[in-house]
Amino acid sequence: MTTLEFVNVSKRYRVRGASSMLALDDVSFTLHDRETIALVGQSGSGKSTIAKILTQLETPTSGEVLLNGKPIPRHGKGLRSYRQTLRMIFQDPFASLNPYHSIRYHIERPLQLDKVVPKAGIEAEVRRLLDRVRLDPGAVIDRRPHELSGGQRQRVAIARALASRPSLLVADEPVSMLDVSIRLGVLNLLADLQREEGLGVLYITHDLATARHFSDQIMVLNHGRVVEHGTADDVILNPQHEYTRVLRSASPDPEKHFATARPQGGAA
Amino acid sequence: MASAPPSPTFMKATTPMPDPLLTVHDFSVVYDVDPVVEAVKNVTLELQRGEILGLAGESGCGKTTLAYGLQRLLRAPAVITSGSVIFHDAAGVDVDINGLDSDEMRRFRWDKISMVFQGAMNALNPVTTIGAQLDDVFLVHRPDLSRRERRAACEELLDLVAVGRERIRSYPHELSGGMRQRVMIAMALALRPQLMVMDEPTTALDVLVQREILRQISQLRHEFGFSVIFITHDLPLLLEISDRIAVMRNGEIIELAPARQIWEHPQHEYTKTLLASFPRLTGERGVLVR
Repeated sequence: MTTLEFVNVSKRYRVRGASSMLALDDVSFTLHDRETIALVGQSGSGKSTIAKILTQLETPTSGEVLLNGKPIPRHGKGLRSYRQTLRMIFQDPFASLNPYHSIRYHIERPLQLDKVVPKAGIEAEVRRLLDRVRLDPGAVIDRRPHELSGGQRQRVAIARALASRPSLLVADEPVSMLDVSIRLGVLNLLADLQREEGLGVLYITHDLATARHFSDQIMVLNHGRVVEHGTADDVILNPQHEYTRVLRSASPDPEKHFATARPQGGAA
Repeated sequence: MASAPPSPTFMKATTPMPDPLLTVHDFSVVYDVDPVVEAVKNVTLELQRGEILGLAGESGCGKTTLAYGLQRLLRAPAVITSGSVIFHDAAGVDVDINGLDSDEMRRFRWDKISMVFQGAMNALNPVTTIGAQLDDVFLVHRPDLSRRERRAACEELLDLVAVGRERIRSYPHELSGGMRQRVMIAMALALRPQLMVMDEPTTALDVLVQREILRQISQLRHEFGFSVIFITHDLPLLLEISDRIAVMRNGEIIELAPARQIWEHPQHEYTKTLLASFPRLTGERGVLVR
């Protein structure tokens, strides 16, 4: 059982010229393993700041982040083991893989560093992980990132994230850079893995439609504040906060559009 | 100019009588590499005056090649192997785009057909002001204008797309992504073209900014009556803004119909697959397994 808590977290960035900028304002939430929370909001709402604090790339100005009730270690072995528990999948699979290294190397490294399996078992584990993300190990293991498609690369990034056997995943816009025809496949893969491995997932996105279908809960962020937090269907179908309604009405929704628009070709 | 009446945003243009702006017949493009890639195969379509035509399809289906090819913006190894593109100028002359020599082509581009490029946010020159970049358009295409007239035209354009004339001396990095996109639209609008080709103009913007820009495009279209070819792989968005949608696959248009018909009665299997690959905001879950 893994529980991650954000307790009244605020983050203030220093800005040259101006005094400062409040990126997160008193944010609290709890993420358990086996559950998925979607974090939605427009550019600059603070989504990525939350991801950065979760991965300890930034420290909160005030408030606490607790893993199973204890503060996250700031450095050393403790931090390393925390980062083994929580892994991140980045938006751009073109930038998050190193063009110099083979796919094998990308997945081997966390296995070696976190000593997940004995040395002799590493090759088998790399193949198992690739198989897990539905890539043909024989076909991709010796390739370099540029030889793979965007969808395949993102699958490699997912395999790499799973290598350390984390219990929590932060997925920052994992499919927004991918082509539509393969987005669904990658999202469905993530959903399967989440269920099978019992992962807790924080899914960061501005696509309300996938947020609704992919997650148990949705958290709406505006100017660094959580303005609404509830079950996915409640937040989308019955939004309480004005900002959620604005976001919702801005999202393309052909269903509603054709239900309300006048028939085409008719007189104006 | 189109006969569209002044109307609230997002009302579709009504075309009582066919009034074509662009007639494309049997248009094909190949990439002359080994092996030869047939990027666009025998496309025939007619674009109406004032119409928004959506061009949908996955990466590599040929939609960008088609849009570029129509304006002869392709370079080797791309070769136009067949077909004709006739532009029915509002002035009453029909122009065969393939028949223009390079001088005529240079005058034709941007004046009659302009383009908002993919990733337009990064298409601006970072080392010069947006005012100077807008000014360039007039300097090249309207050499008779005085400096003062050009300046006034640029200011008017920036007001028109709601960036505001006070930004005329801003550099691109001083503007937000949405504002840069609007500057690109202003630039495309500068010569009041009859057709604007938009290649993924709102991809990479967040939903609120995207909605705002679409609203603006729609408004400007009603004001100036230009046609739009709108290329994107975001089908839900296309369904909302287009009058008609062409679905492309492997270089062919496999289905071309009014947006509502594509939504309610898609004919082709592939169109159905494409529609099913988008999770619905308010409808049933369906496609996602959870």
